[in-house]
This record gives sequence, C-alpha cells and structure tokens, in this order.
Amino acid sequence: MKDILKNLNKAFENKVRLGIMSALLVNDHLDFNTLKDLLGVTDGNLASHLKSLEKSGYIKFSKEFIGRKPNTKYSACEEGKLAFSKHIKAIEQLLQ
Amino acid sequence: MDKNKYIEDLKDIKQMMNRSSKFISLSGMSGIAAGILALVGAYLAFQTIYADQNYLVYRQASLSSENLLNLLIIALMTLILSIGSGIFFTTRKAKKNKQKLWDSQTKNLLINLFIPLATGGILCFILLLKGFIGIIAPLTLIFYGLALVNASKYTLQEIRSLGLIEIILGLLGIYFIGYGLILWAIGFGILHIVYGIIMHLRYGS
Repeated sequence: MKDILKNLNKAFENKVRLGIMSALLVNDHLDFNTLKDLLGVTDGNLASHLKSLEKSGYIKFSKEFIGRKPNTKYSACEEGKLAFSKHIKAIEQLLQ
Repeated sequence: MDKNKYIEDLKDIKQMMNRSSKFISLSGMSGIAAGILALVGAYLAFQTIYADQNYLVYRQASLSSENLLNLLIIALMTLILSIGSGIFFTTRKAKKNKQKLWDSQTKNLLINLFIPLATGGILCFILLLKGFIGIIAPLTLIFYGLALVNASKYTLQEIRSLGLIEIILGLLGIYFIGYGLILWAIGFGILHIVYGIIMHLRYGS
C-alpha cells in the first residue's frame, strides 16, 4: 500500500495538469490554443499549470512563428511520460 | 482515501486521450443516410445497365456511351449527396457536443482516408474509360475498405472492422463478377445502415 501511494504523483493531482499530460501522452505535440480548447480553461490558468509541469521537467516547449504570430508547441518529455504512466498504474492498483 | 476521485481521474484521462487524438464527432446518422443513398444509387445503376433486357435470357451488362454517361451521373450524384449528408450530420453532432470540427484530428483523418480513396477513384475512372466495367463495383469496395482501415486509427474503432468487411466483399465481387453490383449495394448500402445504427446507439448523434 505504501509503495502504491509513493507512486501517486502530487504534480498530477490537479485536473488541468492531469488533462495536459493525458493529451500530450497521445500527441507528439500540441500548441497552446489547442490545449486551451481541449481543456476549456483560461489563458492564465493554462499558462500557470504548463509552467509548473515544465518546472518539474515533465514537459518541454518550443517557440516558432507562423507568419508573424508566435506559436508555442508543447510536448511531453521522456521523464514526464514515465512519471505519468507510473501515476496511472498507481491509480489502477489502488482501485483494484 | 477518496476512491471516487481516482475513478473520476481515470475516466478523465481516457476521455482526454481520445478527444485529443481522435475524430469522435463522426455521426451514425451520416452512415444511415449514406447507406440509403447508396441503395437508391445501386437501384438506378441496375436499371441503367440492365435496361430493356428480357429477364428470361441470360442478362448481359450493356454499356452504350449514353448509358455510360448516365451511370457516371448516378455515381457522382450518390457521391456528392453522401459526402454532403456526412458533413451535415457530423457538423451537427460536433456543434451539439461543443467540439471543434476542423482540427488536426480531422485533418489526419481526411488525409489518411483520401490517399487510398483517390487512388481507387482514379483507377476506376481509367478502367471505366477502357471498358472494364465488371470489376469497377468490387474495386470501389476494396479501395473504400482500405481507406477506412487506413483512417480508422484517427477515429472511432468500429471503422476498422467496417473497412475489413468492405475489403472482403470487394474481393468476393472480383471473384463472382456477375454479383458485383449486388455486393456493392450490400457494402455501401446495408453495411452503412447497420454500422450507422450501431454507432448512433453507442455514441449518439
């Protein structure tokens, strides 16, 4: 039981962060607006959660320009994918 | 320990993975509409090909250039109306569920659908011009099936098995060449209606 709880990741307790990681796990990369539409949150809210996930080293981003508009693409790092898979597994074990 | 919260979390994860990577606005109603249109089209084509023939003797498919033109018009009308109804019902479903219709999933779906479909369409058109009419109906089934299998990873999972059945019907049609149009009516008509009803019941519309 203790081992399972240890694998539950505090970083993914929040609904928005859970959503971001779920979406980035099955897509190579997503831009800011796509994530916003998927999650239905405000710019500021999404930005702060993206920042905290980035700080944890779970996601990375790259900036490019489409014409003159900046476009930020987010993707999950290997570490993030691993941590999130562990988190899902822990939930599943917990529910068994 | 709040078990319900984690059950909810798992559900959210699954839903988000599906919603962000697949085109899920596909409407069952569009399948039913396309199926009915295909049956009408097949009936008209049957009338055109086997027109003015004595039913007591062996029927032979006959194509004068006038008939060929009629057949092309029937095929085009069926195609345009099917695509139109598909767009209509799918747009309606997306609006109802407040989902974006045109995003990267839709693009992925359409590109992967149209590569085999366009190849098959062009090939059938060439064969039609060269006079090989017998294998056209089953060939459209085969290429449509391949297109569905190819696109199925970007949309609801049922599309894959629909595609596989279309391919099998097409191959049967090539072997039993005289039954091409009947198999076509089964594949594009009845199968679409059956799958449309299944998807309508499973996912709403």
